[in-house]
Amino acid sequence: MTTIRHHLTDGLIIGYSAGTLPEAVNLIIATHVSLCDDCRAAVEAHDALGGAVLDGTEAAKLDEGCLDATLEMIRAMDTPAPRDIQMPQDPVAPGPLLDYIGGSLDAVKWRPVGMGVKQAILKTSPDATARLLYIPAGTAMPDHGHRGLELTLVLQGAFQDDEGYFARGDIEIANADLHHTPVADISQDCICLAVTDAPLRLKGLARLAQPFLNI
Amino acid sequence: MFGATEPLDTRDATPIATAPITRHVRGNDRDKAKPVTTGTADENAPDWAAVLIRIRDDRDEAAFVALFQHFAPRVKAFLMRSGADAAQAEECVQDVMATVWQKAAQFDPTRASAATWIFTIARNRRIDALRRQKRPEPEDLPWGPEAEPHQEDRLGLQQETKHLGEALASLPAKQRDLIEKAYFGDLTHTEIAEATGLPLGTIKSRIRLALQRLRHAMDRK
Repeated sequence: MTTIRHHLTDGLIIGYSAGTLPEAVNLIIATHVSLCDDCRAAVEAHDALGGAVLDGTEAAKLDEGCLDATLEMIRAMDTPAPRDIQMPQDPVAPGPLLDYIGGSLDAVKWRPVGMGVKQAILKTSPDATARLLYIPAGTAMPDHGHRGLELTLVLQGAFQDDEGYFARGDIEIANADLHHTPVADISQDCICLAVTDAPLRLKGLARLAQPFLNI
Repeated sequence: MFGATEPLDTRDATPIATAPITRHVRGNDRDKAKPVTTGTADENAPDWAAVLIRIRDDRDEAAFVALFQHFAPRVKAFLMRSGADAAQAEECVQDVMATVWQKAAQFDPTRASAATWIFTIARNRRIDALRRQKRPEPEDLPWGPEAEPHQEDRLGLQQETKHLGEALASLPAKQRDLIEKAYFGDLTHTEIAEATGLPLGTIKSRIRLALQRLRHAMDRK
């Protein structure tokens, strides 16, 4: 694994673990976590907190026959699901992303958006938007206004902006107040997964981008 | 069946500690591995990870019944607190527990307790049922058959999980309530950002170590 310098915030990790984020945000988090064991450990630690909440929940009364119905279900599924072994199938696109692009980067239907930059919008729930961006080496992205949260994960190549240098696995977390003009590194064309929220519908999501003081 | 002696309603769940199955499992564990010194009241609390491993490795239905009787009522409560009605929750509980049986091979006791693992299944079922969305999951990091996790790692993780549960229980009610609400999906994003966290550093480091071992095992293949 390469060294990843730009990570998820605790707010995003809690939201992912609690299961309250839009699908597109979950997608970029799952993709980053596939590349970043630090954030994977942080997500699993927060899942442990979810487990503690579940375990401490006052038990509800089950309907009579709930156990029997479940036993019937498991007896009907006599062969256990084999261990999913998902070895990385694509050097650029991690597993969770592959599910959204038809199994291969070659299957992506790019659309030109100017300056040689191409994008492809991925199909997710409408509360946030996920897109793949293809930025030719050395190209500057136009200063794109985003009103809410914008998450950018580098999959290939690298880009530089006022916030720093972002290479494969790094995720940039930008709020509306950040005006940035990323420039793709000269060495290689840059491919990113970018997610923006729909600010009117998800007021407050951008707050998750702010680091906590306490964790 | 061991579980047959258990009442279905486990509202007062502590008697489960006396279930024969769990004693048996713990006893076996102590023979194999370093004992965990706890000195707390739930010294006799069942080792649900060991029960889950019996489901995983032996397809042990009695172990499943014991696990069901502890967790199914909690999963139902969790789903209802998350906005499901009773009928919906009842149906989901059956799905969740059947998924536990079906996917038991994916349980890694060096990275999750039984409660944690069942929580993730219940959470995903909730997203599917209530929000009609799928939830992208990270690429799995599987143990190869030749690289069974160390007992020590497993016990260490279970110990950390126990500490986390105790830390959660001892929080001031207001703060605990906030964390619970976050996991019931009952907070706005702004509120989540304000939820101050528990010290998760130790459990995070332990999981990080387990992941490192996994990477080494994968590299050797």
